[in-house]
Amino acid sequence: MTEVGEVTEVREVTEVSVPNDDLWPALRRRTQARIGLGRAGTALPTRHRLELQAAHAAARDAVHSPFAPDRVAAELPGMPTVRVRSAAPDRLTYLQRPDLGRRLDAVDRAHLPGGAWDVVFVVADGLSSRAVHEHAAPMIRATAARLPGWHLAPVVLAEQARVALGDDVAAAMGATAVVVLVGERPGMSAADSLGAYLTHRPVPGATTDADRNCLSNIRPPLGLSYDLAAEKLAGLLERARQLGSSGVGLKDDSDSDGALGS
Amino acid sequence: MSVYTSTLGGERHRFGSLARLLAAASPERSGDRLAGLAARTARERIAARWALADVPLTDFLTEPLIPYEDDDVTRLILDTHQRAAFAPVASMTVGELREWLLSEAADPAALAALAPGLTPEMAAAVSKLMGNADLVAVARKVRVVTAFRSTIGLPGRLATRLQPNHPTDDPAGVAAALLDGLLLGSGDAVIGINPATDSPKAVRDLLELLDGVIGRYSIPTQSCVLCHVTTAVDLMAKDAPVDLVFQSIAGTQAANASFGVTLGLLDEAYEAALALDRGTVGRNVMYFETGQGSALSADAHHGVDQQTVEARAYAVARRYDPLLVNTVVGFIGPEYLYDGRQILRAALEDHFCGKLLGLPMGLDICYTNHADADDDDIATMLTVLGVAGASFVICTPGGDDIMLNYQSASYHDALYLREVLGLRPAPEFEAWLGSVGLLDDRGGIREIAGTTHPLTAIGRELAA
Repeated sequence: MTEVGEVTEVREVTEVSVPNDDLWPALRRRTQARIGLGRAGTALPTRHRLELQAAHAAARDAVHSPFAPDRVAAELPGMPTVRVRSAAPDRLTYLQRPDLGRRLDAVDRAHLPGGAWDVVFVVADGLSSRAVHEHAAPMIRATAARLPGWHLAPVVLAEQARVALGDDVAAAMGATAVVVLVGERPGMSAADSLGAYLTHRPVPGATTDADRNCLSNIRPPLGLSYDLAAEKLAGLLERARQLGSSGVGLKDDSDSDGALGS
Repeated sequence: MSVYTSTLGGERHRFGSLARLLAAASPERSGDRLAGLAARTARERIAARWALADVPLTDFLTEPLIPYEDDDVTRLILDTHQRAAFAPVASMTVGELREWLLSEAADPAALAALAPGLTPEMAAAVSKLMGNADLVAVARKVRVVTAFRSTIGLPGRLATRLQPNHPTDDPAGVAAALLDGLLLGSGDAVIGINPATDSPKAVRDLLELLDGVIGRYSIPTQSCVLCHVTTAVDLMAKDAPVDLVFQSIAGTQAANASFGVTLGLLDEAYEAALALDRGTVGRNVMYFETGQGSALSADAHHGVDQQTVEARAYAVARRYDPLLVNTVVGFIGPEYLYDGRQILRAALEDHFCGKLLGLPMGLDICYTNHADADDDDIATMLTVLGVAGASFVICTPGGDDIMLNYQSASYHDALYLREVLGLRPAPEFEAWLGSVGLLDDRGGIREIAGTTHPLTAIGRELAA
């Protein structure tokens, strides 16, 4: 059996597992779908069954791996950070009670530093801490570099957090805009996809998904690159500031998926 | 509003309305907790079932869960209720209905005759008193047969939706997954794609791709590109090859509004699809998807529990004599159905209620990766729903949908189910499978080397 690590590596093994057959490899170049797997009776061959289970395991681990805010903070030299938790006390509650994941823990809220911030970046574990460990810090660095003159708040690292928690954070700190970088719901071929949600002047409890702009699938090298995502995000921030609002009124030229991590 | 009470173990329980009683009687599920509607204790849940068992069915006609003036689904339910069909059970309580449904008197003919006399709330109520085995036993007796180019729901048959999704709607990628499914004997319920965008051009391109394959190989099935109903209406007006009109629906007017649909829009689409007259063996032209949790997620549940509000969506569906209806049972996530146990229970409830109300119920047996479920849960659900007589199931390559990022049944799973339960594809499709050499001498699907079958031209040309 092959060693199972990264899902993408497992899939490459699939490519060569149908010898003497020129059709399926050619077709597989056109889709990530698990096609031409062959059969053992009516069931899957052992290798493909185990490959599916490996991909599912990677997704499950992404959902349940604890968030390590220190890892993100260590990759943000020169940028102050603050740690907060949502009102969801643990992962099990978090998964069943999205309402709690959208609210700040009351004690943590009181400790957030206020200021005349133009924008606050919130790193939220969402449904994949792996995604934020790998992609949140480089994404913040790439975006901040494109915002000269902006007054950036300390980066907020939020545990058991969903997108709307950013509304609470922005309100508590007095920030004009909030960008939530959140681990998206893991699929079997992507367990480390990061989403970025921009909201201008959010109001906790009143702001809806229609008031946000979203960039999803930030996941180089297979998904959106940091440079491209940061370029789009910085552009959206500038235009939201000019327009005085974000969401459906702000033209979003990127893929949007409100279901992810919201 | 009536108050319902029961005494259990010396403790008095009081439920302030029929909606509260139904919610408290529901099996434990995360969505009802999230909505604040679930029973507070296990004893309260059973006390609610005792009280519910004594509720006369006629209460559901006089005490609407959502006011008649506020909600067009309530109006639809009450205005189309057929008193004559209701007559055989009109004097029964919910508990008595359960026993009658399980009895021999409730044979397929009696159940078919009863369907227009039942309201969704009655079906949901009785399901709350039934065990999983009860839900299987009764649903298995119900026959709902529909047809377009294939016939769905005949005894001893199981159809499949072949779902060749692709994240960018790439025609070659779609064709590759389509070929894979056909070679595994899938696609008699529908070849149905969830498009990546709702743009009319993208939808039209996919419709033409599917129509081309179906026409070229004379496949007795129908296609559907699952776009918004308004997109389908526009495309039909511009002569796009629309077989089935699709729409996601829910059990309240407000939840349907969150999907951007009204009964008027559905009426318009239904008439347009009928006028195209593209079926060969039948005229069922609509395809609906539903699923527990959508009304709650749209904040449009009116204090009605997740399963009861789901059953109300079936009243919307049956207005249009659909070819196919399926609950996408575990799709939304663990905040509505937490784990495999809750998803299985919901699948059985939805299938039972839909069948009882006269719908051709199938299922997308599925979960998301943040739910506590795995491929063994898919296998269990598939087996149980196969025994329960599901009309069709949705199948994806390897059970992994790369467009919607969720796990469903696979083409292999459908082969397994047909094998172990002796089920066959829709008759027209089965004959076609034979004509293209895909049936073996036992009626199963022959294992074909990828390079040798004439159907591989579907993928070969596009992959080049």
